[in-house]
Amino acid sequence: MSALPDPTGARGENVSGIDETRTVAVRAQNVYKVFGRKPKEAVRRLQAGESREQVASLGTAAVIDASFDVHQGEIFVVMGLSGSGKSTLIRMLNGLWDSTAGSVSVFGTEIVGISDAELREVRRTNVSMVFQHFALLPHRTVLDNAAYALEIQGVGAAERRERAQRIVERVGLKGWEDKLPGELSGGMQQRVGLARALAADTDILLMDEAFSALDPLIRREMQEQLIELQQELGKTIIFITHDLNEAMFLGDRIAVMRDGRIVQVGTPDDILTDPANDYVAQFVQDVDRARVLTASGVMEPVRSVVQVSAGPRGALRVMRDLQTSAVFVVGHGRKLVGVAFDRDVLQQVRSGENDLMKVVRNDPATVTADQHLSELFEYSADSSLPIAVVDDNARLIGVVPRVTLLAALANQPSNTSELPVVEPPVTVPVDLITQTLRDTGGPTDDELAASEGSK
Amino acid sequence: MEFRIPLGDWAEEAVAWITATLGGLFDVIRAIAAGIYDAVDVVLASPPFWVIIIIAVVLAFIARGWVFALGSAIGLLVIVGVDQWDNAMDTLALVLVASAIAILISIPLGILAARSDTASKIIKPILDFLQTMPAFVYLIPALILFRVGVVPGIVATIIFAMAPGVRLTELGIRGVDREVVEAGQAFGATPGRILRQIQLPLAMPSIMAGVNQVIMLSLSMVVIAGMVGAGGLGGEVVAALNRIDVGLGFEAGLSVVIIAIFLDRLSASLGGRKRRVRAASPSRASDDADSAADKAAASIVKTPH
Ligand SMILES: Nc1ncnc2c1ncn2[C@@H]1O[C@H](COP(=O)(O)OP(=O)(O)O)[C@@H](O)[C@H]1O
Ligand SMILES: [Mg+2]
Repeated sequence: MSALPDPTGARGENVSGIDETRTVAVRAQNVYKVFGRKPKEAVRRLQAGESREQVASLGTAAVIDASFDVHQGEIFVVMGLSGSGKSTLIRMLNGLWDSTAGSVSVFGTEIVGISDAELREVRRTNVSMVFQHFALLPHRTVLDNAAYALEIQGVGAAERRERAQRIVERVGLKGWEDKLPGELSGGMQQRVGLARALAADTDILLMDEAFSALDPLIRREMQEQLIELQQELGKTIIFITHDLNEAMFLGDRIAVMRDGRIVQVGTPDDILTDPANDYVAQFVQDVDRARVLTASGVMEPVRSVVQVSAGPRGALRVMRDLQTSAVFVVGHGRKLVGVAFDRDVLQQVRSGENDLMKVVRNDPATVTADQHLSELFEYSADSSLPIAVVDDNARLIGVVPRVTLLAALANQPSNTSELPVVEPPVTVPVDLITQTLRDTGGPTDDELAASEGSK
Repeated sequence: MEFRIPLGDWAEEAVAWITATLGGLFDVIRAIAAGIYDAVDVVLASPPFWVIIIIAVVLAFIARGWVFALGSAIGLLVIVGVDQWDNAMDTLALVLVASAIAILISIPLGILAARSDTASKIIKPILDFLQTMPAFVYLIPALILFRVGVVPGIVATIIFAMAPGVRLTELGIRGVDREVVEAGQAFGATPGRILRQIQLPLAMPSIMAGVNQVIMLSLSMVVIAGMVGAGGLGGEVVAALNRIDVGLGFEAGLSVVIIAIFLDRLSASLGGRKRRVRAASPSRASDDADSAADKAAASIVKTPH
């Protein structure tokens, strides 16, 4: 494992030429895929220099002249708009779909034109896959789903259960082994999909928009976990996405696709700072991360939050436990009501007041999930509070603390650290709060407070 | 009428040719079909009626619960009460044999049609033809090939009832989420394994709906088969028709309806039940299922999801 390259180390390397010192996991050379009546004819004419539109009468050219190397141990992202040919491309890398022309090799083995049996062998031993809509077997339990690839490989029942169990625990699904996929949330189902692919123990993982169907926060969590797993297990990952945030976050290198062609391959920095053509340049707009990244791409889970109904005492407990001086107040359905500060709430508790609404200030900085970071600055400048991120129904779905905002712009993932980022820092001593809660009576047991604090 | 396409003549010649050249084969088929029918009929008709009723009620209870069990008991007793029990058992034997064979033929055909576009293109128009042709017409060649008795009835029933079995099997398999099938392929599963472990289980509700329809169509055809000497309730209906006997016609007709409802409800619950059983016993090897469930419950409480 120690010999495996650090993915961040891969950045900034010379990527345009072929690097002879690293093992090539997947190599695609001049790969074409045309759907339609006369695919071979279409490829001949494309090779002779005709455009995608000119051969449209012969068929849809989904992938045109794709060539790239994916090195062992890297995360290679293929990014492009919907319909640009990403899914078609990835399906040719494990032979799910035949390529119309060109060559694909996996660890040096040519897979174009080999027999079905040989192809199955390549898939069993070298390449597994994670799907956009999870593609789990709905009639099998989580554990049996995770063990599916091993079952196909012919691993005995006891051993495959044991191995699948380990992976299921590794992706954070301990305790869910005997559930059916339908009983799980989307994020958890995709963990099963990931577990199934990891349990197969292949070197290469193909992921086709694997996180696109998930909610932004879950998605972020999965991205972080994927990077962690990749560093731990050293897998070669080919990841498809239409989302620039995701591509930038995950990719050691990124291939940008447009209308079936790969228009640029490079590190995220290359793509941002040295776009190959106007299309890529426009895609990554002004090389300005603040305009590329959105609030939902960098937001964090809200920790400092309390229901109106919890009252001043509840609010105070949350602030004490998180050691913060402000708390977001939400109403029915997690709708954002406003924000309350520790001094005001402390005052209320002392005077026996129990309507939290009286001290709620309803002017916290609020943005929607798809607003760009550039729009977040003005809020961040004049407030010490994290910026609240709400969805279309005004529900609080995340926060962007200032440190996260700055870290995102500096290309430093802030939330890979273990410590929760909670702003603003406490202004009233914890002991004083605890003392006040105790003096004014009522339940002060810490378990209650802790369970409320972590929503 | 100066211009006429002699289609009828051709059909006649074809049947005559088949009879002449393949007569021996049809005798064998006739013997086998008659043998199977007799065996099933003996099982259903020789025990006293209450034995069969008890078995039917138990099946009904397992399938859908006590309401259906009670309804079945009453319905079957009505058949006994109008003195149609023996005829009803003959009809039931005919339905069971014909629909079992129809299912055995139609599911593989449906699988074939689902996997090959060419096969699908060939099978579809044939099914359309078979389904729209008036049911009586099948009886004519069947009579010539197999002579009067239960066998032409069984054969005509199979042909008439097969179509929905094929269609719904094909539909079910083609309707299985493409990504899930791709997942099987992507992990290196063989086509046979994908069929057994993914396509058939996921298509099961649709296939079971097909089975249900095959059974119902069989029953309706079996009554018609009564006209060619297949006997049973169909024979009674024909007899009533000939004698304009309203009473007999009503009693025999009601018996058909009772059997139809019983078979429909029973076969409709088959698909659902099977799936529930599968879901409940997911892992043969887990003898510590209880402790696993406890663990699961414990960690659900712990995990802040
Ligand atoms: N099975 C198919 N038959 C015909 N055209 C297809 C098929 N699959 C994809 N295409 C076409 O190929 C192009 C690329 O599709 P796809 O690879 O799915 O793009 P992406 O995954 O980037 O959204 C699209 O124009 C799509 O319509
Ligand atoms: Mg796609």
